[in-house]
Amino acid sequence: MERNEIFSRLEEVFRDVLDNDEIVLTDTTTADDIEEWDSLTHIQLIVAIEKTFQVKFTSKEILSWKNVGELADCIQSK
Amino acid sequence: MKDFKTLKKNLKTIPAGLSSVKVALLGDTATQFLATAIRGEGVDRGLDINLFEADFNQVQQQFFDPGSELYAFQPDYIVVFQSTHKWLAQHALRDESGKAQLADERLDFVRTICSLTNARIIYLNYPEIDDSVFGSYANRVPTSFIWQVRKFNYHLMELSQQIQNLFVCDVSALQAKFGRDLFFDASVYTSTEMILSIDALPWVSARILDILCALRGRFKKCLILDLDNTIWGGVVGDDGMEGIQLGHGLGIGKVFTEFQMWIKKLKDRGIILCICSKNDEDKAKEPFEKHPDMVLRLDDIAVFMANWDTKVDNIRAIQQILNIGFDSMVFLDDNPFERNIVREHIPDITVPELPEDPADYLEFLYAQNLFETASYSATDKDRTKQYQVEAQRTSYAKSFKDEAAFLRSLNMVSKVEGFTRFNTPRVAQLTQRSNQFNLRTVRYTEGEIAAVAENPDRIPIAFSLKDKFGDNGLICVIILEKLDADSLFINTWLMSCRVLKRGMEDFTLNTIVAVAREKGVKRIIGEYLPTPKNGMVREHYDRLGFKPLGEGRYELRLDEYTDRTCYIQIESE
Repeated sequence: MERNEIFSRLEEVFRDVLDNDEIVLTDTTTADDIEEWDSLTHIQLIVAIEKTFQVKFTSKEILSWKNVGELADCIQSK
Repeated sequence: MKDFKTLKKNLKTIPAGLSSVKVALLGDTATQFLATAIRGEGVDRGLDINLFEADFNQVQQQFFDPGSELYAFQPDYIVVFQSTHKWLAQHALRDESGKAQLADERLDFVRTICSLTNARIIYLNYPEIDDSVFGSYANRVPTSFIWQVRKFNYHLMELSQQIQNLFVCDVSALQAKFGRDLFFDASVYTSTEMILSIDALPWVSARILDILCALRGRFKKCLILDLDNTIWGGVVGDDGMEGIQLGHGLGIGKVFTEFQMWIKKLKDRGIILCICSKNDEDKAKEPFEKHPDMVLRLDDIAVFMANWDTKVDNIRAIQQILNIGFDSMVFLDDNPFERNIVREHIPDITVPELPEDPADYLEFLYAQNLFETASYSATDKDRTKQYQVEAQRTSYAKSFKDEAAFLRSLNMVSKVEGFTRFNTPRVAQLTQRSNQFNLRTVRYTEGEIAAVAENPDRIPIAFSLKDKFGDNGLICVIILEKLDADSLFINTWLMSCRVLKRGMEDFTLNTIVAVAREKGVKRIIGEYLPTPKNGMVREHYDRLGFKPLGEGRYELRLDEYTDRTCYIQIESE
């Protein structure tokens, strides 16, 4: 899947789960940049992303990403 | 079922006017999402849940420290969620004799926490984890984990029979329905300590709310059924009685037979069955009378509506006869068009979106858990009979011009007694079921009713009513409270709507006054606490000659009272 398509679908998931239509994602976006993104909503995001992209992340992967770019890399590698 | 995200959004703007209820949630894993799901589900049920969530893994501390936040919060309900997962870890650390004690120790713990509070405890039982240490041979080994889990779940059921404030939420049954792989998400658990998957949360919170709502008097009392392609296959008007699919012969008949068996069990446990079908009445009734494979018969049905009026009109007519709220009714129809019209015109009624294939009806309906209850008594099975008799009584009344003559001809006899071991379940049930004719809507469990019977400052009275058509059973409950040397307060006055307009109110007041005079008091104080459902008794005390004191309170002075005319005799022993 093209990287920009991954980003646009990720953006949709983030906006839906976090209920904020103004979210824009870049490679360097982290939880610090988005108010609604905390340790709890993080897990909601993971589960929603898994469903959207029909992938399954390992526990190690979930704990490893430093920013949205690394998350997108991980999806791309599946 | 709504997903977790939608439940969470419910909390963004909680509508005004919801009933507020206090719930504490204690668990041994991370429960933040479960807390959110419970509150979100509450909004859908008209409840604004004030939820106290204890810090992580504080079940013991909160219960055993009398100064804990739990007790300071004074919850109405305490949800206790101890996970199978954490228990499995404890099992692993124990030696052989310790493993054998696991279930018994946990049962003791449950018994103890129930004795420490008057709040209702909703305890989540344990979905099974098979650790496969023994394989199926674990069924022979009492120290195996699966043995201990099953032993616990089984004895927990027994415990909830004995302990009045313990209610088991059957998460184990829920996992059996949806499967462990849906219920548990290993990566979610690893990163968050959360034991329920996001997809399981709405189901678990719905089951918890089912119990909570039933305890608050909100549950289903009546099931209204369509006929063609709902309880049998085919169209009786076109195919004829011989052509409908039922039983093991024709088409998918066995599906409908099994569906009817389930409906019959609901009827036997007290759900009122009604028929609402677009059909000629004689054609619609014929299978009930003559078809050998019908499980349901005419005497299982309280109200039979088969005609060519709209279903909305017929359901309204059923509501008039039964005199129960639309929100306590479920309507099953295979036709999506009819379902939508009924939903649109009668928003309070529950209309499940039945699957297209009738073979899926049962498993679909099992998942909905529509018929949760907070009580069950052996007389529930007679309820349909009582409503049938009521229909007869209504047509008999029409033959009289004069109401007094009608009432006199009924030969009504009332049994008046205190609360006893035998009537406690029914008394508690009436306090939970009665919404309309209920002055203060105080709900009691069986344990609380037993306590009222023992309390020297309370005077409990239970009334039963018989007439020439049959026995209505126990239909009215009074609890009087001694306020001071001169006054009695009517803590509870409720009556089943089955016996409206028979002068039972007058008979009840005569009885209350007789009791009050015997106690030497001078006045009786009544109170009306309005709810969305009890408008029927707004003027109850005015009608009976009480003087308003303001703020919903009323007074009756005994020296001014003369017995009210009524046509009910006291049953002599």
